[in-house]
Amino acid sequence: MTSTIEAPRSPYSRSTKKSGVNWEKWGWIYMRVSGVVLVVLIFGHLFVNLMIGEGVSALNFAFVAGKLTNPFWMVWDIIMLWLALIHGGNGMRTLVNDYATSRISRGILKVAILVSVVSLIVLGTLVVFTFDPCPAGAPANLVASFCTSL
Amino acid sequence: MPQTAGTLDSQQKTTSRRPAGTLYRGNTGMWSWVLHRITGVAIFFFLLVHILDTALVRVSPEAYNAVIAQYQTPIMGLGEVALVGAIVFHAFNGLRIILIDFWNAKYQRVLFYVVIGLWVVTMLAFVPRHLINVFSH
Ligand code: HEM
Ligand code: HEM
Repeated sequence: MTSTIEAPRSPYSRSTKKSGVNWEKWGWIYMRVSGVVLVVLIFGHLFVNLMIGEGVSALNFAFVAGKLTNPFWMVWDIIMLWLALIHGGNGMRTLVNDYATSRISRGILKVAILVSVVSLIVLGTLVVFTFDPCPAGAPANLVASFCTSL
Repeated sequence: MPQTAGTLDSQQKTTSRRPAGTLYRGNTGMWSWVLHRITGVAIFFFLLVHILDTALVRVSPEAYNAVIAQYQTPIMGLGEVALVGAIVFHAFNGLRIILIDFWNAKYQRVLFYVVIGLWVVTMLAFVPRHLINVFSH
């Protein structure tokens, strides 16, 4: 009787999937590329909102109106929003893979991450693009000074 | 770190309670990873809330100002110090990870102390100014 014994340490049957994109690799690259960009975007965000002038004490609706009517900051915020949420969501996926032990809990947690990331990207993008700095009927002392000259 | 592996037989190696240290096990490699994980998760949950509070600009100026006023209280002011401390660590250590991956892993320990040093300098620049902004209003 002869029986074939598999060579020790031969790879798992992953090779059945011959072609296709290596998503884990692209996720790994994305974490690094987005990280480098996020350092600039987030440090800039924190510097402008917390360090310049009176910092956090100066923040209010009129302050945001000044920024979100400026295309520079609109683009800044949108890129920061997308990059940070996808980076954080992908990082959370790594944690779920590491710590959630059953297939079901992993599935549920990953769907929860995906749903929150997608819905917050949609919400945040809409906020930036539909922002109205001078809402009708808003008290003049709460909105930016440029609203009165309209 | 001393690489004593050559002088141990394989059994001693696997049963040792204090491994000679690999990139991610024990010492700076492991602690930087633990901190990177914890800070990453903390920032993620902050960001979820933060996008919701920013979205209140679409509700009304009053609603947005009410929630942003919470950011200006002394307790939240201290919370912002913790948040900025977390993000600054995650950012610098993230760059350290990238350097380890694409440049040279043998400097990982030195780079960890560089991260700590840059963190201290950044926080020294940020914390006093931020606390003055928070507590003088
Ligand atoms: C205590 C610290 C922080 C304060 C006081 C703060 C304040 C603000 C303010 C006032 C805005 C309105 C728009 C603008 O200023 O550009 C905003 C938007 C935003 N912030 Fe922050 N921020 C803080 C930390 C962070 C951090 C750490 C992140 C990234 C992880 C972040 C990500 C964002 C994003 C993505 C938006 C745009 C949201 C949207 O598109 O609706 N912020 N933040
Ligand atoms: C400030 C710039 C940032 C840089 C340079 C950076 C860099 C990195 C890098 C290089 C990794 C490692 C990925 C790996 O090991 O494969 C990582 C993981 C992670 N990041 Fe960031 N990141 C930044 C901002 C953020 C933000 C804003 C969040 C949250 C929204 C975040 C959440 C995470 C999470 C949850 C992980 C997974 C941690 C783990 O696997 O142990 N990061 N980051």
